[in-house]
Parts: sequence; C-alpha cells; structure tokens
Amino acid sequence: MSELAISLKDVRKSFGRTEIIRGVNLDIPRGQRHAMIGPNGAGKTTMFNLISGRFPVTSGTIALNGRATDGLAPQEINRLGLSRSFQITSIFPRMTVFENIRCGLLWARGYRYSFWHLLGGQRALNEEADQLLERLNLHTRRNVMAGLLSYAEQRALEIGITVAGGANVILLDEPTAGMSHSETDYAVALIRSVTEGKTLLMVEHDMSVVFGLADVITVLVYGEIIASGPPAEIRASKAVQEAYLGTEAA
Amino acid sequence: MTTQSLPRENVAANGGTDLMRRVLPWVIAVAVMLLVPWLFYNWNTGRHSGFVLTMMSEIGLMAIFALSFNMQMGQTGLLSFGHAILFGLGGYCTAHALNGVKAGTFWWPSELIPLIGGFGGLAFGIAFGWVATKQRATAFAMITMGLGELVAACALMFMGFFGGEGGISTDRVTNTSIFKLVYDLFGLDYRSLGINYSTPWQVYCLVVAWAVIATLLMRLQTQTPLGRIANATRDNFERVQFVGYDPARVRFYQFALSGFFAGIAGGLYCLVYEIITFDTVAAAKSATALLAAYIGGAGGFFGPILGTILVVLLQSGVSLLSNAWLLYVGVLFIVMVMYAPGGIIGIIAQHIPIVRIGRMSELIVPYIRVLLPGVLLVFGFVLLVELTSFTTIGAAQGKHFKIGIYVVDPNTFLPWTLGAAALVLGVVWLRLESRVFRRKWDALIEDAKAKGAML
Repeated sequence: MSELAISLKDVRKSFGRTEIIRGVNLDIPRGQRHAMIGPNGAGKTTMFNLISGRFPVTSGTIALNGRATDGLAPQEINRLGLSRSFQITSIFPRMTVFENIRCGLLWARGYRYSFWHLLGGQRALNEEADQLLERLNLHTRRNVMAGLLSYAEQRALEIGITVAGGANVILLDEPTAGMSHSETDYAVALIRSVTEGKTLLMVEHDMSVVFGLADVITVLVYGEIIASGPPAEIRASKAVQEAYLGTEAA
Repeated sequence: MTTQSLPRENVAANGGTDLMRRVLPWVIAVAVMLLVPWLFYNWNTGRHSGFVLTMMSEIGLMAIFALSFNMQMGQTGLLSFGHAILFGLGGYCTAHALNGVKAGTFWWPSELIPLIGGFGGLAFGIAFGWVATKQRATAFAMITMGLGELVAACALMFMGFFGGEGGISTDRVTNTSIFKLVYDLFGLDYRSLGINYSTPWQVYCLVVAWAVIATLLMRLQTQTPLGRIANATRDNFERVQFVGYDPARVRFYQFALSGFFAGIAGGLYCLVYEIITFDTVAAAKSATALLAAYIGGAGGFFGPILGTILVVLLQSGVSLLSNAWLLYVGVLFIVMVMYAPGGIIGIIAQHIPIVRIGRMSELIVPYIRVLLPGVLLVFGFVLLVELTSFTTIGAAQGKHFKIGIYVVDPNTFLPWTLGAAALVLGVVWLRLESRVFRRKWDALIEDAKAKGAML
C-alpha cells in the first residue's frame, strides 16, 4: 500500500470551454489533516467532486491509497475507503437520526442489498450506530426525523454519516459554514475526534478552524495551487496574502 | 414507523407486551376479514353473499397490489404509471399454469397457485426493471408509462399468451389441494372435507391467507437493509452513493421485488375471477393502485390498504348507485392531493400529538361544525352531478332518478336550484367554519409543541 492517501497528477477539469481546474498536483500522506483554502470560485468544491468521483476528470490522474480511481463510480470510490460530506447539508431528511447513521454503516458492515436480514435484530450494528450517536452528542435526538433537526445538528449528523462506515480518507466540504462561534468550536472538536488517525481533507473558509485543525494547508486560486505547506509557512507567504488572506484581513 | 429496535433494556422489560402490541393488530385484522362476510350471510338459504365475498376478495388482492405499488412509490420514490403490467402478467402466468395443472401437464398445489403469479411478476419485474430503473424521477415515470402501453398493446396482438380481447379463461378447481395430499397420505376420504376452492368463500379464505402473508413479508422487507436504503435513495439518491450504494441497483431490486408481490395479487385475481383479460395490464389498473396509494397515504406502510378499501367500496358499492362513481373517485383524489397530501394515514398521524397531550376531545365540536357545511357541500355537488348524469347517460338507459321513493325529474327547475344553492352555501359556510377550526387546531398544535409531544 502506498504511503499517500490521495495523489493528484496534473488534474484538469473543464466545463464546456471553461477550465476550472488547471493542472493540480497534490500529494496527501496518510494520517495528515489537510485543508484547502482559496477565494470563492477557486475550484475547491470541484476538486472535491473530482476526488470523490462525482465528476470525471478531463485529464490527469487521481489515486486513492495508491490505486487510480479514473472511471470509477462514486460508490466504488467510497468502497475503497473514501467518504465525503457536502457543502449544502446532505442527509436523509425523512428518516430518523438513528436510521441516518445506520445507513452510513450498512455497506461497510457487509449488509449490501440484503433483504433477508431484519435490522431490528442486528445487535452489533445497532449498538455501533448508537455509540456513534453518543459521540456526535445526538443520542437524545435519536428517533427524531433528521429533517427536523437544527442546522448545526444536521451538520453534525452529516459528519456522522460520513465517518460511520470507517473510511480512512475523509473529505469535509465547509463543515462549519453558517455556524455560530460556539457551534464552530464544538464542530472542530468533533471533527478532531472522529477523524483521529485518518486522512482528512477539508475545504473551509473560517481561518481559525483551518489554522486550528490543519497540519498542511493548500491554497487554490483560479484552479491552480499557489502554495502548499504548514500553517506557519502559509501565513507568512506573500503570494497567499496577496491572493487571499490579504483581502480577508482588509 | 414505530417498529424499529428499541433500546435493549426496554425490550427486556416489555418483551411480552411489546410482542402483543405487534401481533395484536394483525390478529384483529384477520378476525375482521373472516367475520365481516358472516354479517351478510343468508341464514335462510345457507349461502354467503356473492357480492360481498367478491368485493372483499377484490379488497384483499388489490391491497396487495397497492402495497406493492407503494414499495416503489412511497418507499423508493419511484412513481410508476405502468405498475399493472406486473399484476396482469402475473395473472396471465397463473391462468396458463392453472390450465396446465387442470390438463395434467404438471402438478402444483392449489394453495400455492398465487406463487406462480408471484414468480411471473418477479421475472417480468426483473426484465422491465432492468430497463426502467436505470433512470429515476420523471424519466422513470415516462419509461413505465411506455412499458405499460407496450404490454397493453401486446396483449391484443399476441393471441397465444394473452388470448386477445377474450382473455384467458380458466378453472380454479384443480383438485390439487395440499389438504388432499395430507388426507390421501392418511388414507382418509378427502371429499368429506370439501375443500376444492369451488365456492367463493373458500377462495376468499385463500385470498385472506395470501393477503396476510404478502403484507407481512412486505412489512418485514421495509426493515431490511435494502428496504432502508430504498428510503434513503428516495430521500437523497446522491448521498446514498457516498455511503457505498448504487442507487440504480437499489431501485432495480426494489422494482423486481415489488413485481413479485404484484404478481401474487394478479394470481389471486385469476383465482377469484377465473378469467384474465387485457384490462388487467391496462393503464386504468395502474391508476387504481396509484389512487389507492395516494388516497390512503403513500407515506405510511398501511396507507395503501386504507386507500384500497375506500376505492374498492366506491368501485363496487357506489357504482351500483351511480353512473358517476368514477367522477367521485377522481374528485376525492384531487381533494386529497390538494388538502391532505399525506392521505388518510397522514390525517390520522397529524392527530397523534393532540391525542398525546390528551386534548382530542376539544376537537369534537369544531369537527361537527365543519362537518355540517361539508355534508351540505357534498350533497349539493352530488345532486348536481347526478342530475347531469341523469339528463345524459341515465336518460339513455331509461332510468329514473330516485331518492328513496321520491322521483326527481331532472327536467324541472327546482332540483337544480336546490343543488346549486346547497353547493354555494356549503362552500361559503365551510370557509368560515374552517377558519374557526384552523385557529383551534393551531392552538392545540402549539400546545403539543410546547409540551414536546410532536416528535
């Protein structure tokens, strides 16, 4: 197995004539917490969609744990150990919180498309889902329809669905967007705990979150990486300040 | 639904009562199904009412059909306009199998005949599902509509399998009952038992047995990994991919399984009527399942059963009284979709929080107050519809419009005025009363929210 969780080689993506991702090379070693930042429209979410298989790349290769993923469907990439969340909350609104989490577990625990197991009797599975609910601090909301949860709770639930299956590479797209300060603090602690020992790639706008969580930060501007390195280095970089941080600070 | 696993200590403490709570409704349902025909039993002639038994058999088999439709609609979010092809083709398979058994080509127990319909439905479900489930939403609906038209057209073209307009007639008395097998084994006289499914009552019992088995299996299927992931696919097909599932596969399996149950319903239809014609695969049959599921409520598992009971009662009962029964079904459907998209089961569910806080009795008076103008409105509407129908179809059939012994002449001014007045007054009055009702309702729901009874 490769030491690299994610490896991008000259990845390009065009929509029509517009090239959104313009030749990205990026290696993320196993176990790293990696943040991708950049101004709006830089192509961060597009990068996520390429890595997770939601869109095919126009050219270049993406490898997950050393295995090329071109041509694989999102579910096949997921089965190789990559899981993601979405910028706009993506849960199962008409199912209970507990069932949401359990859905995240089913494939990973080998249930596949079974119509001969009764879920009520799958003790180990249900206990695992309940334990995760407790870690997410959602156990008091266990039997509530997920669509009725508060925004912050829904975000926490989505992180739960994302990590439930035990994927070793986790992609989180703006996990704290739209949260209050206290909610953000809570979310950061949650992300830190549930991604322990895993590779994390996140897109985030909140700089306190980015500098608090990330081992390495990559700055994406107009579909190109302009800098990549430890937080201190990124903070000091002139190019980054001009392209991105400068405008935030001003 | 309430049947997902409870925390363990709960189950341990309430194991017995919990089991009772789960089993009791089923026992009651079976008891009701088996007892109701006796209310119409003619003790003088010693015969069951053929009309009632046929109607209840129809309810039983159509309930299976509507539930199988809802495996796609309510559970997986797949709106099919051609679900009857699985029902009808299952029925055709059954008819041919019955004829084969009758002719001695092969042996198959009478009790398991509907299973042949099920396997037929499953086979066609796999074939059609393979085509239709590659798509979802509108595209899926369009494909199923096309498949429905295709099969309906085939039914009139391929005489060998479908028998053309005359359909395939058959004889359900095959004398291959499992009871016969058992009696023969012990050297007893089988004829003394008299079970050969020649009477409507015996067939009805078979329908009840299969309705219970099929409903139970479909109910259990909702609690399997596939059943739950089908719900998830309905809610958010994209998210499902990122937990490892292929939504097209989920749709496919769900479609094929629903074909199995639709086929069982078709097999029972074949046994009840001993004939299967092309209208069992036609669009109108598909629409019946859709109407039943929507009117009853696609959101809850048991909704389609309630819808089926209502639709079949309208179909069999009201059709005897009125030429315009289909219009009433249509209006009911529109009213439900507009004002109660959750169907009957949705209306019931909305009351649960109010029952929880123990204030249901406060709704009795407001309900009576909306019921009065409601009755007036319906009366006016029905009167106008019937008057119209009697000036057209009714006149052609030479029928007279009677209310009790009073004969209404549709060519006079009075009944039309009365109908119009009742309708207009009913609408205006209902609007006023419904505001009062709304206020009371909102207050109760507020209270339920405050007391945390909403869930």
